Amino acid sequence: MDWIDWLSAVLVALGALFFIAGTVGLLRLPDLFSRLHALTKADNLGLGLIMLGVLPQVGGPLQGLKLLMIWLLVLLAGATGAHLIAKRALRGDGEDMFE
Amino acid sequence: MIYDLWLLIFDLVLLGTLLALAVAALSSPEPRRAVMLFIAFGLWLSLVWARLRAPDVALAEAAIGAGLGGALMLAAARRQAREAQQGQALAVERPSPLAVWGLAFGSLIAAAALLWVYYSTLHGGPEPERLADLALARVPESGVTNPVTSVLLNYRAYDTLLELGVLMTALLGIWSLGRASAPFQPAGPALTAMVAWVVPLLILTAGYMLWIGASAPGGAFQAGALLGAAGVILRLAGDPAAGLPGETAQRWLVSLGVAVFALVGLALMVAGLGFLTYPPDQAKWLILAVESAATVAIGATLAAAYVGGRRA
Repeated sequence: MDWIDWLSAVLVALGALFFIAGTVGLLRLPDLFSRLHALTKADNLGLGLIMLGVLPQVGGPLQGLKLLMIWLLVLLAGATGAHLIAKRALRGDGEDMFE
Repeated sequence: MIYDLWLLIFDLVLLGTLLALAVAALSSPEPRRAVMLFIAFGLWLSLVWARLRAPDVALAEAAIGAGLGGALMLAAARRQAREAQQGQALAVERPSPLAVWGLAFGSLIAAAALLWVYYSTLHGGPEPERLADLALARVPESGVTNPVTSVLLNYRAYDTLLELGVLMTALLGIWSLGRASAPFQPAGPALTAMVAWVVPLLILTAGYMLWIGASAPGGAFQAGALLGAAGVILRLAGDPAAGLPGETAQRWLVSLGVAVFALVGLALMVAGLGFLTYPPDQAKWLILAVESAATVAIGATLAAAYVGGRRA
């Protein structure tokens, strides 16, 4: 294995660690807000690290760009989703309250 | 060797989780929870398809089975909860245990029979001539280089036309059943900002999916699902029409797929060829025309299905 393969392996393993921590947090933390906090960490950093690890292995710049795009979209969706859940829990003004 | 063992463990975990998710979704008493589990099941199933090296099916399963199917079922659960609150929901009867066990037993027998057929074709007698080899050999004449698209839009174009018809008929059913469900509240600033980014991106990606479908995984159904998803997001952010135009225009959009498909087929008959028998040198453009129309129609149909009825 090249040093670049080792770098990939270490980064992917670190990313997986964040996902495990996020899952444990989701299962074990006491309230909604701390659970959200754990979950978004896993999405942002875990996926980011896995993506950084996979990036040196892709075939060309276009594939790398697609990976980057996936990460950015997950960031956007994760942040918005967490915001909506927290907003509804905090103020009761969810986007879909019964009248 | 050790690599094969890890792969086997991976596959067993993959299948075990799939079965566990299916059982959990089916046995969940609360509709919303069952739908969530069903969405997880669909995403997991698309992983299984990816492992079976069927990226086209994996894409379709994730986009339509888990994504839009999940959104439609969540909308139904929301509507049911609303109507129950207003005391006008239909009572849902749970099936009797006898029916459940009977069905389970029947499915097991069917699964065993299928396994037996699979096993005996693989291991019984000499290797027969496989349809896949014949089909793959003639892909270059089909007008596209992606084998899945060549099967869907050329070899069995007739089936795909009927599938579009089924989708359109399903929407006619939804429209005849009554009014649209209540719209969502207008979105707050964070959701509005996300919608402003994501919806144009979805439309762009749908165009990409449609075009790339000729040579790589993608095509009209995946592209249409992305357009439908854009509609779902718009409705969730407060647009009661899910980004769709007025009803007359909607009818045209929804029937566009079947109409263009059938017209291409009939024009080919007039030209002296069979119904939907493309001449090889024009096949690419005819398929692209049919797929473009189908993409718009599928997107409009899925978004309109999410609205859930005719708008007042």
